[in-house]
Amino acid sequence: MSKAITREYTPGFYEGDRPKIVTSRFEYEDSHTIERFEATGGYEGLKAALAMGPEAMAGEVKASTLLGRGGAGFPAGVKWGFTPQGVWPRYLVVNGDESEPGTYKDRLLMERDPHQLIEGCLIASYAAGLSQCFLYVRGEMPLAHERIAKALDDAYAAGYVGKNILGSDFSLDIVLHWGAGAYVVGEETALIESLEGERGMPRLKPPYFPAAVGLYGQPTIVNNVETLANLPFIAANGSAAFTSIGTETSPGTRMVAISGHVKRPGVYEIVNGSTSFRDIIYGDEFCQGIRDGNELKAFVPGGGSAPWFLPDQLDIQFESKQAGAAGSMLGSGAVMVMDDTTDIPEMALTLVRFYAHESCGKCVPCREGGTWLLRILERVCSGHGTDADLDQLLEVGQSICPGEMPHASSERLGLEAVPFPYKMTTICFVGPSAYASIHSPLTLFRDEFEAKVVPAPKRVSIPVAAG
Amino acid sequence: MSTEDTNATETEPVDAVDGDTDDADEAVEAEPEPEPDPNIVPVTLNGREIEARKGELVIAAAERHDTYIPHFCYHPRMKSVGMCRQCLVEVDTGRGMQLQPSCMITVSPEMKIDTESETAKRAQEGMIELLLANHPLDCPVCDKGGECPLQDQAFSHGPGESRYIEEKRHYEKPIPISDLVLLDRERCILCDRCTRFADEVAGDKLIHFTQRGNETQVMTFPDEPFASYFSGNTVQICPVGALTAEPYRFKARPWDLAQEESTCTSCSVGCRVVVQSSRDEILRYQGVDSDPVNHGWMCDKGRFDFEAVNSQQRIADPMVRTEQGLTDTTWSAALGAAAGVIRESLAAGGPDAIGVLGGARGTNEDAFAWAQLADALGITYRDAQFGDGLPASVLGLDRATIDEAASASTIVMLGADIKEELPVLYLRLRDAAVEKRSKLVEFSSVETGLSRYATQSIRHQPGLQSEAVNEASDLLAGDDVVVVVGRGNLAESADETMAALAAVLAANPSAKVLPALRRGNVVGALSVGMAPADDEHDGLATLRAAADGKLDVLILLGADPINDCPDTDLARRAMAGARRVISIDTHPSESTKLADIVLAAAAYGEKAGTTTNLEGRVSTVSDKVTTTGTARPDWMIAAELAIMLDIDGDIADVASVDDVTAAIAAEVPGFDGVTLDALAGERNGVLTSANPKPLPPVVGGAPQRNTYDHRLVVGRKLYDRAIGTAMSHSIAKLAPGAGAHLHPLDVDALGVADGADVRLIGQKATAILPVVSNPSIARGVVWAPFNQAGGTVEDLIDAAASVTDVKIEVV
Amino acid sequence: MSRLTDANLAIARDIIARYPRKKSALIPLLHLTQEQNGYVTDDAMRHLAELLDITPAEVIGTATFYEMFKFEEVGTYVINICQTMSCALLGAGALMHHAEEKLGIKAGSTTADGMFTIEAAECQAACTEAPTMQVNYRHQYRVTTEDFDQMIDDLRSGALSGDIPPHGTLGRNRQNIPADKFVGAPDPDDVTEGPAWIPVKVDNS
Ligand SMILES: Cc1cc2nc3c(=O)[nH]c(=O)nc-3n(C[C@H](O)[C@H](O)[C@H](O)COP(=O)(O)O)c2cc1C
Ligand code: SF4
Ligand code: FES
Repeated sequence: MSKAITREYTPGFYEGDRPKIVTSRFEYEDSHTIERFEATGGYEGLKAALAMGPEAMAGEVKASTLLGRGGAGFPAGVKWGFTPQGVWPRYLVVNGDESEPGTYKDRLLMERDPHQLIEGCLIASYAAGLSQCFLYVRGEMPLAHERIAKALDDAYAAGYVGKNILGSDFSLDIVLHWGAGAYVVGEETALIESLEGERGMPRLKPPYFPAAVGLYGQPTIVNNVETLANLPFIAANGSAAFTSIGTETSPGTRMVAISGHVKRPGVYEIVNGSTSFRDIIYGDEFCQGIRDGNELKAFVPGGGSAPWFLPDQLDIQFESKQAGAAGSMLGSGAVMVMDDTTDIPEMALTLVRFYAHESCGKCVPCREGGTWLLRILERVCSGHGTDADLDQLLEVGQSICPGEMPHASSERLGLEAVPFPYKMTTICFVGPSAYASIHSPLTLFRDEFEAKVVPAPKRVSIPVAAG
Repeated sequence: MSTEDTNATETEPVDAVDGDTDDADEAVEAEPEPEPDPNIVPVTLNGREIEARKGELVIAAAERHDTYIPHFCYHPRMKSVGMCRQCLVEVDTGRGMQLQPSCMITVSPEMKIDTESETAKRAQEGMIELLLANHPLDCPVCDKGGECPLQDQAFSHGPGESRYIEEKRHYEKPIPISDLVLLDRERCILCDRCTRFADEVAGDKLIHFTQRGNETQVMTFPDEPFASYFSGNTVQICPVGALTAEPYRFKARPWDLAQEESTCTSCSVGCRVVVQSSRDEILRYQGVDSDPVNHGWMCDKGRFDFEAVNSQQRIADPMVRTEQGLTDTTWSAALGAAAGVIRESLAAGGPDAIGVLGGARGTNEDAFAWAQLADALGITYRDAQFGDGLPASVLGLDRATIDEAASASTIVMLGADIKEELPVLYLRLRDAAVEKRSKLVEFSSVETGLSRYATQSIRHQPGLQSEAVNEASDLLAGDDVVVVVGRGNLAESADETMAALAAVLAANPSAKVLPALRRGNVVGALSVGMAPADDEHDGLATLRAAADGKLDVLILLGADPINDCPDTDLARRAMAGARRVISIDTHPSESTKLADIVLAAAAYGEKAGTTTNLEGRVSTVSDKVTTTGTARPDWMIAAELAIMLDIDGDIADVASVDDVTAAIAAEVPGFDGVTLDALAGERNGVLTSANPKPLPPVVGGAPQRNTYDHRLVVGRKLYDRAIGTAMSHSIAKLAPGAGAHLHPLDVDALGVADGADVRLIGQKATAILPVVSNPSIARGVVWAPFNQAGGTVEDLIDAAASVTDVKIEVV
Repeated sequence: MSRLTDANLAIARDIIARYPRKKSALIPLLHLTQEQNGYVTDDAMRHLAELLDITPAEVIGTATFYEMFKFEEVGTYVINICQTMSCALLGAGALMHHAEEKLGIKAGSTTADGMFTIEAAECQAACTEAPTMQVNYRHQYRVTTEDFDQMIDDLRSGALSGDIPPHGTLGRNRQNIPADKFVGAPDPDDVTEGPAWIPVKVDNS
């Protein structure tokens, strides 16, 4: 049998004695079984929640200031509070569509500890009065389906899910739902459209804030898998135990996937605010430096759409505010590391291709502009571009994001950092991401792009036919 | 007319369709609003304080205050999707200026809106450039060129040049997506208007976005065309030339079209339209947004049946029967002959030997003039219907408007399938049900277009509707209940429908009634004098008298009893029994062929005047083109005959159609508001009223059906063999053809294959029809569409019988 | 005819019952038909439209939005080789070239024997294990060219048929909700009260 089929994971994620909240069971081979889960404190959080009642449980979550782990970092407790009074039913939709380039954490949580997620769903539904839960798992994750389906069957059989859970008046169905391959469906309103059986095209917020007008027009809480996976810990141990880990503004831990040219890529649960990018990339506990003794050239700090960082930014703490001020974001907890052998335009091309391809097609600037960017960049990368094409990339991008785009500072280039946010002409971030993923490499490494192009013969201009 | 798509850059026709700022503004100014009004939201628009309305979209508020924001996907009669991003403006709600689509954002107090900031302009220009990136720019060969919002806004809000040098998207050039509509995906800008229309407005989700991202396209399912009765609307609202209508393609350039507003008369909804012509030929109808009536929509029959007006087969000149058959002659000869025939018969048998039938296909003026002539001559046999509708007494009830029906707490549907008979009324009522404004309770013996939207759809045995109503009377309670009553089954006596109506009104005396009579101006004709005085002189009685040889002269005003009267046998006998038949008509029909004198009538689009819709709304029709040959309007023919017959009275005095309209206002009760002044420029027409009178008692009911028999239901389809459809080649082919629809189990029981011929054996005749297996038909019922090619189910109908039971045999 | 088989129809009915509105079951049911037939056929889409009380155009509208649904026959094994950044950094491009050469086809096509389809794929949420690929969506990590060759041989010989079901099958087990534990999925329009465990407040919406 080929090695590939044995599905070995990087050991990295459970090594070291850092506090672990969501990966505590990952060291067990059978972490996905109900037996292991029950033997290691599983469903204790649910019992604690049932004992304290929904309002107290909601209060604990609010007090924990647990921030959403799906990318936007919005406090979960506050979001639950946005549901309009007295409008029933309300739903829980779990965002397990993980598809952002570089991101790899939710799949692990679903495959390795499905019961923890189920318990999180139960606690959230109990506390926020949500009467049905849909667990939307990315389509291309059959192992996660298998394990969650089994875990749900076992949990129903054991009385943790279904009618009158553990003999209480709390009843909840959790329905496993699966996607079919569309990145944009990770955006919460598109997720809801998709769950309604529609094309996954985002809705405009306002008026479609899911907490007020979500699934079937009802109040709906959309939370990321990792966000929910934190709830059993908070319920069982209290919000104080949770806030004692991490920083005041970002309590707890978060899972970070570090990929690319490092010696030991992997998914690590790190304590918020305890590490800098230097620690993560070079630390012994983590990635142990750049492969083959090469030099670090650049890194993406927070998923494919985050503006790139240079070695100049290594000492920035892995913390949202700092990353934001430095011209980027932590997003979905994905760091992609490039060494000095990297062909920067080629890498930018993979990202632009991704976002152009994943446009849902709703907004003109994303649908047309994204593909236009891609066509130009393809031309540049294949050696047929001109220097005018480089400016053209920036100009087309201006139709997606008019105004200044965020980017990092560079001592070498004498650049000041430009922080978030940017203006955008689109509904969601897919279109802007197509631009962002070319804007920052082109700003920071223009010389590499210039090396691929020839001077423009003449600016081509086509008159627009008009009436 | 609160929100309208006033698209300043769209050319005349569409402008008229989408709205008219002046009107909207007048309406606003005319409303005396007491200060301070909680419904007024003060906002700042481009530095100017304006008063927006609560809940109003930014784009609509700006437009009402003369600030045009470019847009493509926004349409005031559909839900906003914010798809084209063309309407981006900067909006500040206290968090700083943000780019927002003005079609999605509602106004809020203290909001600051900048539609012309650098950022907004940059975004708008960028959008045009991006929209044109993949657009083929084949404007010279595009129907839309010259009236194209994309073209116009590229000019007014675009960057002036394109920097796009990549290969454009390529698709197969126009592909037919239905018999009437073609789609050019290269031109499409994916604004979601047509697809939203199909979904939200028409409820025919047969076109849909497919694929994703840059490959997104509008498509139908393979082999399932966009066979919607409303498909033409998508062509009208498409902001580019992606959707084109087969009947109009390459016929004209917009700048060659002349146009006038008018009212569609294909059915009695009375949709407001604009008639467009070039070189004295009607080329296109477009819907105009009348708030109380059609919201800008039309059905495809109304949109395309003008082809019949242009038909080569039009009766161009009067004809008189000679030895050689019907022969063209001069008007003076024909009128002289007609007057002679009438005079003779008056002398021989008195006014009771003359019958006048029809008027529902003409204008109010036509019907009024003829009614006046009939009055002057003392003729009592007269009717605008011939057993194909409901007794005129339905018009004397407390009548509801379409708006009242579409906002009723409960809409009670009795009889007709309005999707087939009154399509745009169907749109309005469907909307009420879908948007949950109204509960819909339907009593019908077969499934109708509205059944799937009904809260309760009650199936009853044909002929036993009143029983079903009595059993469900608890569903009829409440205020604001409106009954929509039509003739659902032509093989059943209208008495049963009237009995059911009486039962509804007994259960809820406050219910209002919207009469769903179908033919274009049937309500007008009946209201202005063509209603019979009593049952003994109504349309059926007239035909019976003719059949019995008691009528000397039968005058047909655009009436074709052989095709229009459900009891074809009676109609044939009447045509044979009347000594003389005078037909005033536009096209040759089975009935005109049997006439002795045929007077060529002007058609819609050729004559001015007014029409009355089913709610009693009178609006204008225009004479956009000159008449065919020497054809004349019916009213003029009546006036000339009056002179020839030496009648002194108003009718002999009229010099113009306006005189007739003025006479109607002066003489017809409830029509006093219908003055020329009131009609001029009033797109929504003038609502008339009728004096409420209780329904005369009626006995409905039907005998029990023999278990070996099937009970027959004959209903109308939108497209049939009637002249307007049959003479319009684009839509004539859409008639479904005859068939005997049976439940699949009944088909099995007969042991025939779907499509095989069966024989329907009735009391007085048999008919052979192909059998159609149809799960929506109840067992024991056979449903057949009326007046279709390929079968003669009408032979089975006996106007005197309460129901029609048939035995079915395999041929 | 590729309508759902009776056994799959029973599964479909079960799935539909889990949602407050039928159309929500569309994507799961599309997967079900794809599992049955290897791809999504027109007949299958018509059948789903009937089951969900929607039009076939709505079915195809949704289905074609999502990349996993195929509308023509594909190989028994669909091999998706990730080409996004993390994998591109570690040789995804070379792996793709190798795969194309080994199988003698271009990305996006199927071998003549109908065994393999290769596709250029996007981020597979396995970025730390680059380069990655999926065979019928089963992840393969740190794939070398030797691994690839070995895997093709194993798939051809049937050595992996236990591990990797034919294209269309997602999870090999499905969620089963026991009838006695199922709370139910009422249409939201029919729900007027808050859930039983929420303390009653005076609700006036
Ligand atoms: C284009 C786009 C893709 C996204 N993809 C994901 C995703 O795959 N998983 C996820 O949890 N959130 C994703 N999000 C964020 C979600 O919209 C949403 O904020 C999140 O699920 C909320 O959960 P949280 O509050 O628990 O973080 C995405 C957002 C955008 C704009
Ligand atoms: S930005 Fe792109 S992906 Fe997002 S809604 Fe608009 S078109 Fe769709
Ligand atoms: S009109 Fe507002 S986005 Fe199209």
